[in-house]
Amino acid sequence: MWTWFYKLGSPKWFFEMSNRWQPWVFGLAMIGLVGGSYWGLFIAPPDYYQGDTQRIMYIHVPSAYLSMFAYLMMAIASAIGLIWRMKMAYIVSVSCAPIGAAFTLMALITGALWGKPTWGTYWEWDGRMTSELILLFLYIGYMALHYAIEDTQKADKAAAILAIVGVVNLPIIHFSVEWWHSLHQTASLSKLEKPSIDEAMLWPLLVMITAFQVFFVAVLMPNIRNHILWRERDTRWVKEEVSS
Amino acid sequence: MLGLLIKREIRLLLRRKAELLNPLFFFLVVTTMFPLGISPEAKVLSTLAPGVLWVCVLLSLLLSLDVLYREDFDDGSLVQLLMSGASAANIVLAKSIANWLFCALPLIVMSPLLSVMLHLPSDALGALIASLLAGTPVLCLLGAIGMSLTVGLRRGGILLVLLVLPLYIPVLILGTMLVSAASMGHSYLPLLLLLIAASVMSVSLAPWAAGAALKVSVSE
Repeated sequence: MWTWFYKLGSPKWFFEMSNRWQPWVFGLAMIGLVGGSYWGLFIAPPDYYQGDTQRIMYIHVPSAYLSMFAYLMMAIASAIGLIWRMKMAYIVSVSCAPIGAAFTLMALITGALWGKPTWGTYWEWDGRMTSELILLFLYIGYMALHYAIEDTQKADKAAAILAIVGVVNLPIIHFSVEWWHSLHQTASLSKLEKPSIDEAMLWPLLVMITAFQVFFVAVLMPNIRNHILWRERDTRWVKEEVSS
Repeated sequence: MLGLLIKREIRLLLRRKAELLNPLFFFLVVTTMFPLGISPEAKVLSTLAPGVLWVCVLLSLLLSLDVLYREDFDDGSLVQLLMSGASAANIVLAKSIANWLFCALPLIVMSPLLSVMLHLPSDALGALIASLLAGTPVLCLLGAIGMSLTVGLRRGGILLVLLVLPLYIPVLILGTMLVSAASMGHSYLPLLLLLIAASVMSVSLAPWAAGAALKVSVSE
């Protein structure tokens, strides 16, 4: 098991492995996305109250889920980097940030588009929307810090500490915002209360979440490979790789 | 060790008294902008007052953070301190305590004056001071983390704001909720206890994170 762990820490091994796996992962993601979208957009029944508008959920919910998953992964990779001083962990962490930020932005935009027909407004200081916005700020802070420090090793460590501080704060932010919302918001707009989601909608949603997850990996891998090539640019194998 | 470090910080801060006044003036000037920008009507202002006062305190403290390391970093004594064997967490804690005593506390002392200018109901004044006393330690310590991360950078100022402000949000929410609750005549004890809990948590955790960040930033 430990040899596997050491291998994972080797940029060269990861580069070659992910190069081989890339088309398969990407293909799987595409199949899932296309299939899940078709299922969600055409086969699944429309919502009783919201009609077809509700189908935006099949994009919105997976994006929101992945925006948080990517942050968690970033923080865990950061912690691994700080504790075991693994080069690869830092690379993974840095590569997660822009993708996670993109998912966060997508969740916000689809949320706004969904809010207009159902709540009558693009933006509502709803607890979840607000904490999603703050999550975007945290991503931006992480990327800005990493970008501002020129020395890569220093930047990795500083950004890693920030990611961990952020992940400790995230639940606190989330609960404070939810709570703040529940006290401040008078019942001007009522969200449609549904006790639970119907199975006909649940399955395509689960397929979409899984597909987004695979898609995340498929986008993460080229990002990681780019970082590897840049950081290992003085090694012989990268020079051979690039020239061939 | 911690006592010695705090003494050192206080002595250094007292030699730059003029700098200590800057956050106070900033607090005064920025708070003045709100009635001018929104409305001088007492009714409008009294609902806005808790939020305005809290945001202004938060920004003033953010500005005061620059004092935390700047001089020590420029003249090299920060590196010497870290090499002296004092733990990085202790250094940060000492600096934060001094920062709280000489930047946050004066702001809190000044806040009643500004709350009168913003027509905050007088019943809420005690709540405002209590909320600031309980909440500002969190701000100082989280700010110390941000400052430790950005200390070596040439243009760290705006970056510091980007890093730290999102982390300030829970304190801001709890603080303004507390003052608003008090001005409406509700009990604010649970919120105060939550703020105190946040303070205790940040005193026990933040120095470690900030210390680690300081070591990274200062190492060559």
